[in-house]
Amino acid sequence: MSATASASSAPADLEARAVSKRFGAHLAVDNLSFAVARGSFFSILGPSGCGKTTLLRMIAGFIQPDGGSIAIGGRDMAGVGPNRRPVNMVFQQLALFPMMSVSENVAFGLARRGMARAERVRKAEAMLERVGLAGAGGKRTDELSGGQRQRVAIARSMVLEPTLLLLDEPLGALDLKLREHMKLELKQLQASFGTTFVYITHDQSEALVLSDHVGVMNHGHFEQLGTPQQLYYAPATPFVAGFVGNNNRVAGKALALEGALVQVGTAAGWSVRARAHGTIAVGSTVEAFIRPESAMLGRSAADFPPGQLAYTGEVLSLLFDGANSVVLLRELQSGQELRIALPQTGAYADLKVGDRIHFGFDPERAICFPAAAAHA
Amino acid sequence: MPELARAAWSRRLLLALLLAPALLWLSLLIVLPHLDLALLSFRERIAPRQFVPSLAQYRTFFTEPLYWHVFLRTALMSAGATALTLLVAFPIAWTIAKLARGRMSALLFVVCLIPFWVSETVRTLGWMILLRESGVLPQLLVHLGITAQPVELLYHDATILVGLVYTSLLFMVVPLVGSLESLDNALIEAAYDLGAKGGAILREIVIPHAAPGITAGCIVVFMLTLGNYLTPTLLGGKNSLWFTEQIYNQFITRFNWEQGAAFGFLLLALSTAMVWFGLKASGQRFSDVMRRT
Repeated sequence: MSATASASSAPADLEARAVSKRFGAHLAVDNLSFAVARGSFFSILGPSGCGKTTLLRMIAGFIQPDGGSIAIGGRDMAGVGPNRRPVNMVFQQLALFPMMSVSENVAFGLARRGMARAERVRKAEAMLERVGLAGAGGKRTDELSGGQRQRVAIARSMVLEPTLLLLDEPLGALDLKLREHMKLELKQLQASFGTTFVYITHDQSEALVLSDHVGVMNHGHFEQLGTPQQLYYAPATPFVAGFVGNNNRVAGKALALEGALVQVGTAAGWSVRARAHGTIAVGSTVEAFIRPESAMLGRSAADFPPGQLAYTGEVLSLLFDGANSVVLLRELQSGQELRIALPQTGAYADLKVGDRIHFGFDPERAICFPAAAAHA
Repeated sequence: MPELARAAWSRRLLLALLLAPALLWLSLLIVLPHLDLALLSFRERIAPRQFVPSLAQYRTFFTEPLYWHVFLRTALMSAGATALTLLVAFPIAWTIAKLARGRMSALLFVVCLIPFWVSETVRTLGWMILLRESGVLPQLLVHLGITAQPVELLYHDATILVGLVYTSLLFMVVPLVGSLESLDNALIEAAYDLGAKGGAILREIVIPHAAPGITAGCIVVFMLTLGNYLTPTLLGGKNSLWFTEQIYNQFITRFNWEQGAAFGFLLLALSTAMVWFGLKASGQRFSDVMRRT
């Protein structure tokens, strides 16, 4: 799939053309082309082993592509070593130099450029102040908290004013609370620096929150490239629908077509309507995806608008998680299990396991793919 | 309570039993002989079987130029051999720790170990077969037309150094591999990514990280070299002028145990001073370094 990450007129800071990399029999990156607009936050989202780390390491220059080209800031990078690319990287485990102070860490790249000591100390201090670590320059790196270390790693790269900053799952090692906080901080830092960020992650929430554009990667190629909203509301493939956000996957056959809607029937006899993606023939196998939050709950069948199918389900379990609470239901006739988000009004706070409840979907918000199209 | 006390007592007994062999070894074979040697070195024979306390043995060392020349020469050559060993061992250790993987790395380690399956005497005699005038290497040089006549490659300072480096290599490689293996490759990549070249990465990242291992290896090799008797004597012949040879001469040839004991303590003092100086110069703590050996 070939696409441009941005429709805006900003020039591309990163442009990959037909990039491939093979390790033995394994094709890690498969003929990948994309462009990242200047000043944008671009994420590569995919499960582990999808080739995203290989792609990032090719951009950084640690490995050479077998085919295709990578241009950074409009300049082709073939044969240019990592130490001469206008690219810096924030490593997964941050890779701060433990043998140096915080300030020496930040000044390391400047020293390699031959900058005089006084000048480099001044610049390092200014950069530390910018990331909110004023006065921490004399500390050892192991005296800092996880979030502070993160900021040192970013400062160490940003002080070199790279065209592109690469981030290799830098939040992976942090605990949940700090990760949420650092997500926000990363976005603010990117906005204030205005540098192009290329971020790789397997965490769809990080990608959605942070990015202007996301490439969803699987088996070495992009399944879809678009804004977080596009990925979420209009997934292009079953993989994207299953990977980005939570989804109920319903596998079955197309029973009937009603305009843009498909009636999907499962083997157990449950049927549901969903918007068709691509051409679907009656009788073909299909996969439908229904977001937990697109479902509605009702105390009685009369709670649903006329024309919408309403089902009756039994509560299997309640997963209370504040605003993200869901209920796990089993549809009575077919035994189909579904996750449905609980409304935040607290209207169903009295729900108990074993209760019976009605539920239904807006078919426009469910999506149906032809099953054979997966990984075609 | 009595049960707890009994448990504590039996634990202490077990600890004592476990440590007993090491303690016996230390006290009987190291501490006691050294105490006796110390007493020996501070006395002087004034008549047959008549001794008085005196500093004469130490005075002889400073007034007789041969002795302190040999002493200094031994110290300098040991330092040189240690530095050479470090230079040779570092690339080997780097290959084992960072470049080779799995079986290859183990195999390289074994290759370093193989010379030690043969006794030091046999190994050194092997060197003599290779290097003596009628030996393999001088003959080869003649055969290749590099020298007109076979040259004597034994009995040079360079030969002693080669022998010492060969003998010491493993003791430098082991701590170096340990300290290089613990170096996170991401640090090297990060330095590279931030614009560093090979030399700067070595100076700023690799050597500071490996410093305890380097210091440990240097200390062990320096001590082994300084106290080596066989290699300098066999490869250097009469010209070796190694301090251990002087000690041997005093004890065995001249039967002057008092002088030999004093020399022994001077060598111990030198080795202690050099280790202390090495630790100070490299900014390492003794306990950190010893964990690496």
